[in-house]
Amino acid sequence: MLRINLFSKILFLILLSLYFVVVATPFLLMFFNGFKTTRELFLKPFEMPDSFAPENHIRAWERAGLGTAFLNSIVVSGAGIFGVLFTSSMLAYVLSRYRFRFRRFIYVYIILGLALPARLAIIPIFLLLNSLKLTDTRLGLVLVYIATGASFATFLLKNFMDGIPLEIEESARMDGASPWTVYRRIALPLIKPALVVVGLVNFVNIWNDFFFPFIIITSKAKETVPLAVSLFYGEYSNQWPMIAAALTISVVPIMVVFFLFSKQFISGITQGAIK
Amino acid sequence: MAQVILENVTKSYDGKEKAVNDANFVVENEEFVVLLGPSGCGKTTTLRMVAGLEEITSGTVKIDGRVVNDVEPKDRDIAMVFQNYALYPHMTVFDNMAFGLKLRKFPKAEIQSRVQEAARILSIEPLLDRKPKQLSGGQRQRVAVGRAIVRNPKVFLFDEPLSNLDAKLRVQMRSELKKLHHNLNATIIYVTHDQIEAMTMADKIVIMRSGLIQQIGDPHQIYNEPANVFVAGFIGTPPMNFVNGIIVQRENALYVREKAGGFALRIPKEIAPKVEEWIEKDVIFGIRPEDLYDKLFAVGEKDVGNIVVADVDVTEPLGNQTILHLKAGETFIVASVNPQTKAKEGEKIDVVIDMNKMHLFDPNTEKAIF
Repeated sequence: MLRINLFSKILFLILLSLYFVVVATPFLLMFFNGFKTTRELFLKPFEMPDSFAPENHIRAWERAGLGTAFLNSIVVSGAGIFGVLFTSSMLAYVLSRYRFRFRRFIYVYIILGLALPARLAIIPIFLLLNSLKLTDTRLGLVLVYIATGASFATFLLKNFMDGIPLEIEESARMDGASPWTVYRRIALPLIKPALVVVGLVNFVNIWNDFFFPFIIITSKAKETVPLAVSLFYGEYSNQWPMIAAALTISVVPIMVVFFLFSKQFISGITQGAIK
Repeated sequence: MAQVILENVTKSYDGKEKAVNDANFVVENEEFVVLLGPSGCGKTTTLRMVAGLEEITSGTVKIDGRVVNDVEPKDRDIAMVFQNYALYPHMTVFDNMAFGLKLRKFPKAEIQSRVQEAARILSIEPLLDRKPKQLSGGQRQRVAVGRAIVRNPKVFLFDEPLSNLDAKLRVQMRSELKKLHHNLNATIIYVTHDQIEAMTMADKIVIMRSGLIQQIGDPHQIYNEPANVFVAGFIGTPPMNFVNGIIVQRENALYVREKAGGFALRIPKEIAPKVEEWIEKDVIFGIRPEDLYDKLFAVGEKDVGNIVVADVDVTEPLGNQTILHLKAGETFIVASVNPQTKAKEGEKIDVVIDMNKMHLFDPNTEKAIF
C-alpha cells in the first residue's frame, strides 16, 4: 500500500484542482459563450449568459449543415477506427507471435511513424490520393487515417499481446483453433482494454481533425464537422457565438463515448504502466 | 485411446546443442507414462514434440500407428494440461471446457452433456459460471483437466500439472489423477521433476538427463535396479549412498573395500559370481539409506556379518524413522534407521549393512555392473 501523509494529500489536491481549472476553463467558456449574442459575448466574455435558449445552436446547425457533417464524421471516424483496429491488431499479432526475417525491421519501421508527423508528407499523400482518384472522397480520408493511426496502434497492441502467456494460445491450438481463431477468439478479447485505448485516441484524432479534410475534401456534401464549423471563421471577423455553439455540439459525441468507455480506457492505460 | 511411439526423436535448436537426443520409447494404450528428470533435461521438450508445439528435428512420433511429425496439434487428437493451467481468462469455466468442442462443431446438447459430465467427475459443477480469476489454484487445475477430458482425446499430455499447487493439494490431486486415469482408461504422458509423483502414479517411468534417456522401467525396477549412478542417486529420499571402493578377494569370499581402507563389506554368495571379473578393480558401491540398520534393531535375516563402526555426525528424528548422517572410514553416508535408535551426535554406532541390497557401478561409465 502506498501511504500518503496529510501534507502531500493536500498538495496533491491543490495540483489536481489547478489542473482541473486549466482544462475546464476553455471548455466552460465555449459552453457559456455559445448561448450569448455577439454583443453580450464581447461585453462580458467570462460571465454566465443571460438566457440558456439554444438559438445559436439551432442556427449554427442549419447554416453549417452540421447534420450532413455529423453523418460524414461518424462514417469517417467509424471506418477509420475499425480500419486501424483491424489492420494494426493483425500486424501486432504477427509481430508479437511469429518469428521471421525482418520482423524487427518491420516493427521499427512502423514505430518510426510515431516520430514523424504525417502532415509533413501531405504533398506525396495528396499526389498519391489524386492518382488513385481518391481526392474528395471519404474513402481517401479513411485510408489516410488508417495509415497515420497504425504506428501508435501497432506499438501499443503489440506490447499488450506480448503479455499474453504463450501457453494460452498453445492450449487453444490443441483445442482445435486455427491461427485466425486464436487471433480472433483468444488474443483480441484479451487485449480489449488496449483496443479501447487505441479506439478512443483515434476517435479524438479523427473527429477533431481539420487538416486532412481541409486538403482532401472539397465538396460541401462530404465535409466533416471541423470543416463545417470553419464556415464561421471569416477573413476579417469570426462569428464567435456561432463558433462556440457549433463546437459545443461537435464535442458531444466524444464526451458520450468517453463516459461510456472511461473504465476500460483507464484500465487500458494503467495495465500498460504496471507491467 | 492409442499407442504413442517415439523413434530416434531428436530436437536441437540452431543445430548445435541437442535438447532431446535420440529418444526411443513406447507408450502403450491406456498406459500412464511419466517423463522424469531434473529441470532442463528435455522432458518438457519431448512432451511438446508429441503435442506438436515443437518441431521434431529428426526421428518420428507415431500416434495410433500414424506418423504425426507434420500434423498440426489440433489434428493429432490429443489434449494437454499446462503447468500454469493456461485457462482462457475471458471465458467462463463452462466456455473454457466447451471451447474445443465448439471449434469441432459438436451439437449444443452434446457439448452441454459432456461438460456437465466432466464437471461432475471433477466436482466443479458449482463453478461453471465463474471466470478463471475467481477460482483457487486447485480449482483452476481441475478446470484445466476438465478441458482436456471433455474432448475424449486419444492421448493426454500433462506438463508438470501439480507443481503450482501447495503440498497438501498436490497429494490429493495426485490420487485423483490416478483415479481418473483408471476410470477413463486414458493413455497419459506426464512430465514432472518430482520423483514421488512419478513413483506413485506411473505405470512406466522414463528418466531423462541432459536430453538423454537414462532408463525406462516401472517404478519398482527404477528403484531397485537403477541402470546407472544418475538414476540411483535421483530416485529415493534421502538419496543412495555412494562409496568409492575396490573389489578384493580374501579366503574364498569377495569384499568391497572402501578405497581409503576404512571398512570392507562381504559380498553375499549369490551376488559374488556377478562381480568376479571386477576383482582388484575400482567400483562405485551404492547402498540405500534404508538398507543400513542400527545394530540394536537389526533383525535376523539381515546379514549381520557386515558391521561398520561409524561416527555419528548429525541425527534427524522424523518420527517414523531417524536419519543419521555418519562418517565411516573417509566416507560420509546417510542411514535411515529405527526411530528408537540410541545414536547420539559425536558418538560411535554399529551399523549393519544389508549387502543383499547392494549396487555396484562402473566408475568410468557409471553404469550398473549387475
